[in-house]
Amino acid sequence: MCNNMVEFRWHGRGGQGAKTACLFLAEAAFNSGKDVQGFPEYGPERMGAPITAYNRISDSHCKVHSNIYNPDYVVVVDETLLKTVNVTKGLSKEGALIINTNRTAKEIREELNGAYEGKICTVDAEKISVETLGKYFPNTPMLAAAVKVSKVIETEQFIKDMEESFRQKFPTKPHLVEGNMQALKRTLKEFKAD
Amino acid sequence: MAIRDRKSGNAAVAYAMKQINPDVVGAFPITPSTEIPEYFSKYVADGQVDTEFIAVESEHSAMSTCIGASAAGARAMTATSSAGLAYMWELLYVAASSRLPITMAVVNRALTGPININNDHSDSMGARDSGWIQIYAETNQEVYDNFIQAVIISERCRIPIMVCQDGFITSHGVSNIELIEDEKVKEFVGEYEPENYLLKAENPLAVGPYGTSPYYMEIKREQAQAMKDSMPVILDVAKKFESMTGRKYRFFEEYMMDDADVALVVMGSSAGTGKEAVDRLRAEGKKVGLIKLRVFRPFPRRPLAAAMCKVKAVAIMDKAESFSNSGGPLFNEARSSLYDLPDKPYAVNYIYGLGGRDIRVEDFYDIYKDLYVICENDDPGDVYRYLGVRDSRYTTEEQRMMEEEYKPGAARSYGMDKQAYEV
Repeated sequence: MCNNMVEFRWHGRGGQGAKTACLFLAEAAFNSGKDVQGFPEYGPERMGAPITAYNRISDSHCKVHSNIYNPDYVVVVDETLLKTVNVTKGLSKEGALIINTNRTAKEIREELNGAYEGKICTVDAEKISVETLGKYFPNTPMLAAAVKVSKVIETEQFIKDMEESFRQKFPTKPHLVEGNMQALKRTLKEFKAD
Repeated sequence: MAIRDRKSGNAAVAYAMKQINPDVVGAFPITPSTEIPEYFSKYVADGQVDTEFIAVESEHSAMSTCIGASAAGARAMTATSSAGLAYMWELLYVAASSRLPITMAVVNRALTGPININNDHSDSMGARDSGWIQIYAETNQEVYDNFIQAVIISERCRIPIMVCQDGFITSHGVSNIELIEDEKVKEFVGEYEPENYLLKAENPLAVGPYGTSPYYMEIKREQAQAMKDSMPVILDVAKKFESMTGRKYRFFEEYMMDDADVALVVMGSSAGTGKEAVDRLRAEGKKVGLIKLRVFRPFPRRPLAAAMCKVKAVAIMDKAESFSNSGGPLFNEARSSLYDLPDKPYAVNYIYGLGGRDIRVEDFYDIYKDLYVICENDDPGDVYRYLGVRDSRYTTEEQRMMEEEYKPGAARSYGMDKQAYEV
């Protein structure tokens, strides 16, 4: 059986980069010496359709190849999904719901109407990404929030590794490396938990 | 020293192809194998390999390209999935009967009808009688390792080979992997030096001529013999690979089988989930085991039967339906292998995971529970069963409730015999 496993479920919409954020989280955890899984759940793909992606992060090899039904953390990249997807289904009460919104955790909790008793963390990923990248790419802030809340990776190491990952992802676009790094650092400072 | 890395199953295959540096790759993209030619063509464009990469207009042509190249004496490879594999059908038989050692990455996906892009084994199971060797993998590591071994198994036996992995589950799942150094892979696979080939001027030959009745059957008999003779080669290559990497491969892996009461036989990524179920049930004191079949063609009839005979009841799992009205393809072959043995276990079939239906640790609990019931009753009951499927005996509302409130141990499997009469 695998040791100290932390499980994440990502909810986003096609095109927002939830899958990419999921794979970045796997990569960052791998770089910190962990055993990782990062995988998307594919359906009929199109821009804007709800998508799900998953991470398992542990200290030893995880054999399980199923989807994740009882995650420790759920990351919601698009808050409009609250209306159509049961995002807190199976979510651990000891974990947290991490959501991209400009509303407060209290307001989200009211909308969930008692569906989740655990911690709710909010990030205004739209504001952060527009101000740092000039465009609405919510996935980098959500990745940073997932790391900060779950503490699966040590923050300083995470910042260092992500700079390298962004350089590899955008070899000809240094401004995107800089923008994403700013988005990451700002999120680590600005995100709020109730 | 092994190289610690993380890659998806598709990236791992493309990386193995880069290390092998084949002469020719002919490919046409299809989900979920598309990334393999995509990543590999980048290696070609970047000059990291000197492969002739031929971007064809269909899978029929991709296999034709490999056949032409292989017949000419080249090391040829391709990758495909689902309908792409189906479109190669005619040529699969041509490659096998011409005894051409082509290595093909098959990223398993359901065949269309209804349209579905997700994983099951219906594509490669459909091609099981085409005369190709078939090897299946549980993890990204195994796909990578199998692919490197496949090249020389195929060349030594002169039988084409499919290296199968589960679409999306391993192909698109990123996880830890130990890579082998380039020079070691190069040394392991060596240079391909066929004895005879089309372009050998001193020994002109024809490849793929008409096989008249006086010859056709002898050719099939020789193919059957070659498949039989591939068994020691597969083991020999695995042992050489083990001495290079320390990773052990055989026809199948026995997991916690030595003192097991009941066991599963399963192929592909679900074996990992099954092993986790074994670990957890063992922690509760239940003596359960698992057999993960790696090599489906040639079918390791005798050793597999001997392994299954260690237990009292065995569940044979099929991720493909063959509409035989008597169970899936793996079940029928595995169960048939038990027939001549005096003390054989009960053997039942579970059809599972079709079209990407997820199978969880809890689903395996249900199967083990069923197996203990079989032992207790001394009766296998229905041997042809479905797992994790909605049962038409329940109303839509009841089914919805069952899905909502699904709990471990709440069996969702049922036998087809009973079902057939009650509906």
